[in-house]
Amino acid sequence: MPPVENAELLRVQDLKVHFPIRTGGIVFGQYTPLKAVDGVSFSLKAGETLGIVGESGCGKSTLGRGILQLIKPTDGKVVFLGNEMTSMAGEQLRAQRQHMQIVFQDPLASLNPRMTVGDIIAEPLTVFFPKMSVAERKAKVKALMAKVGLLPQMINRYPHEFSGGQCQRIGIARAMIVDPKMVICDEPVSALDVSIQAQIVNLLMDLQQEFGLSLLFISHDLSVVRHVSHRVMVLYLGKVMEIASRDSIYAEPLHPYTQALISAVPIPDPDLEKNKQRIVLGGDLPSPMNPPSGCVFRTRCPRATDICAQVVPKLEEKAPGHQVACHHWGPPAQALV
Amino acid sequence: MAAVLEVRDLQVRFATPDGEVSAVNGVSFDVNESECVGIVGESGSGKSQLFMAVMGLLAKNGRTLGSAKYRGTELVGMPVDKLNKIRGDKIAMIFQDSMTGLTPHLRIGRQMTEVLEEHKGMGGADARARALDMLNLVRIPEAARRLNQYPHELSGGMRQRVMIAMALLCEPELLIADEPTTALDVTVQAQILELMADLKRVTKAAVVLITHDLGTVAGLCDKVQVMYGGRFMETGDVRQIFYKPQHPYTKGLLSSMPRLTEDRRTTLYAIPGQPPNLQRLPAGCPFQERCEFVHQRCVDELPLLQEARPGQFKACHLESLEHPVDDPTRAAIPAEAMPPVIRDVRTA
Repeated sequence: MPPVENAELLRVQDLKVHFPIRTGGIVFGQYTPLKAVDGVSFSLKAGETLGIVGESGCGKSTLGRGILQLIKPTDGKVVFLGNEMTSMAGEQLRAQRQHMQIVFQDPLASLNPRMTVGDIIAEPLTVFFPKMSVAERKAKVKALMAKVGLLPQMINRYPHEFSGGQCQRIGIARAMIVDPKMVICDEPVSALDVSIQAQIVNLLMDLQQEFGLSLLFISHDLSVVRHVSHRVMVLYLGKVMEIASRDSIYAEPLHPYTQALISAVPIPDPDLEKNKQRIVLGGDLPSPMNPPSGCVFRTRCPRATDICAQVVPKLEEKAPGHQVACHHWGPPAQALV
Repeated sequence: MAAVLEVRDLQVRFATPDGEVSAVNGVSFDVNESECVGIVGESGSGKSQLFMAVMGLLAKNGRTLGSAKYRGTELVGMPVDKLNKIRGDKIAMIFQDSMTGLTPHLRIGRQMTEVLEEHKGMGGADARARALDMLNLVRIPEAARRLNQYPHELSGGMRQRVMIAMALLCEPELLIADEPTTALDVTVQAQILELMADLKRVTKAAVVLITHDLGTVAGLCDKVQVMYGGRFMETGDVRQIFYKPQHPYTKGLLSSMPRLTEDRRTTLYAIPGQPPNLQRLPAGCPFQERCEFVHQRCVDELPLLQEARPGQFKACHLESLEHPVDDPTRAAIPAEAMPPVIRDVRTA
């Protein structure tokens, strides 16, 4: 893993993405905001990987799209390379996006089935460098295909002729062709088989090393996130629960939700797994339409008390570089793995 | 221990416009009473189709060859009306997708009592009481209210519990769970795994757990069977498979997973290449194109399952994984005859 430089690449401040949902009847109904992302702040340095973990519906994908301005945030700031992006539009925004790319979860669905692989990978070039000659473009595409582990002679094939892992390589090549500074990876390996996951994780880390990329690695798989990230952020119902360096968050998580998440990961080791005392949370994720008052996690939290229902816990630094949003923060009562 | 299910040389073939596809190519195994067997494999390995064939649930273009016996009764080729007496009653199945596994337009209570009416001749209040007991057993909150709800009103984890409750209604002797936690979130998965471990202790049912997740297998199963290209690559006791894998594929799978319990490595071990195309399986070992120890014999001859250590079987020509290079049978095939992915690994 390459060392992290100190330059700040991206700063997200109190970002909110709310979706208006119509509730009630057509005539007397009203719009209630669904708070998919609700006041998320963090920063990302050049060459750094920030892992974003959480369960489905916690807003991790919406956060990624909000940063790219694919969904207009309701409130808050996204400062990328010193430029405030939420107020940008049109040509200005497009120019910024050259430096921020995204890799999607479903490898096949994110590729146009009627375009050849060469055209798919070259498309960002035609957008950002329209004056580039066809020959130059093709040479660039072939070189990158080789780099991501695709045979350059496959340039004229179509996506359906490739397996899931290869399609994800095509998606990564498409993101990398314009030399971005940051790539948002939205569950890049979740749809892949175990043996292929490792290939793609290695590829992303190699590319990061070679080009000094910053990665926002969105995933629900805590083992993979631990492997790739420098820092990790835990989301629950659109809010940040905990953010810290990888080593401190996995060695000593301070938020009860993070502790439950880590303890829930099945470990491929029969002796460990059969003797482990799992922290099992009760119930399901509450509806984001009607989140609990106070701390959003309190309905499932083993440490919840009265104060949790009344006061929203602030995200505060409790140890160096370790921020937690919890009234009853503290190390786990038992070994987690 | 008596076998609940005996499968002998089972094959599953699908007729497609592009020719016949062999999803399962002759597997044999037993599932014994109160035993939990994990079937591990990646997509396309045939792990699901194997048990769809046992249950007589193959798609129309599929056919089953070989034999699968439940307590001595042959299931392959059994007429549907006779089969219906066994499945749902003696053998039950839990599917991965709980939304499509339940009927959307029937209330939970009706779906459950129907099973009891069909198999046990129970009716009315008795059946409803039994359904309620089962929902309580799988720890569904406010179980009585759930009986009157439709599947879409429940969360994913709750629906999965309903499916498990339904499968247990008739106290089956064999429970087949096909990726029961794959579609669930981590914390809900933990709830379901905890539940299944408890149920394993309470009920005496034999359980087959079909999954791609080695973590869930490690926690629940007694025996493990690793599938690849429609065949068993390795079978054995769960501790043997996880601590002393004898097949390069099993070993590769285990080492390609990042784990919370070990020091971070900079690069993950990755099995090179892609899973095989079932339409064009190679003549020899199905794993040959991705195996770093491939030699001429692997290309020419299909390795059969053989006992590697007591109770542990592998389908591999290698003498041992500890000293693969010293293997006397190893005659390196020329680099240019090897698939490119292997060539890169070898020359690296």
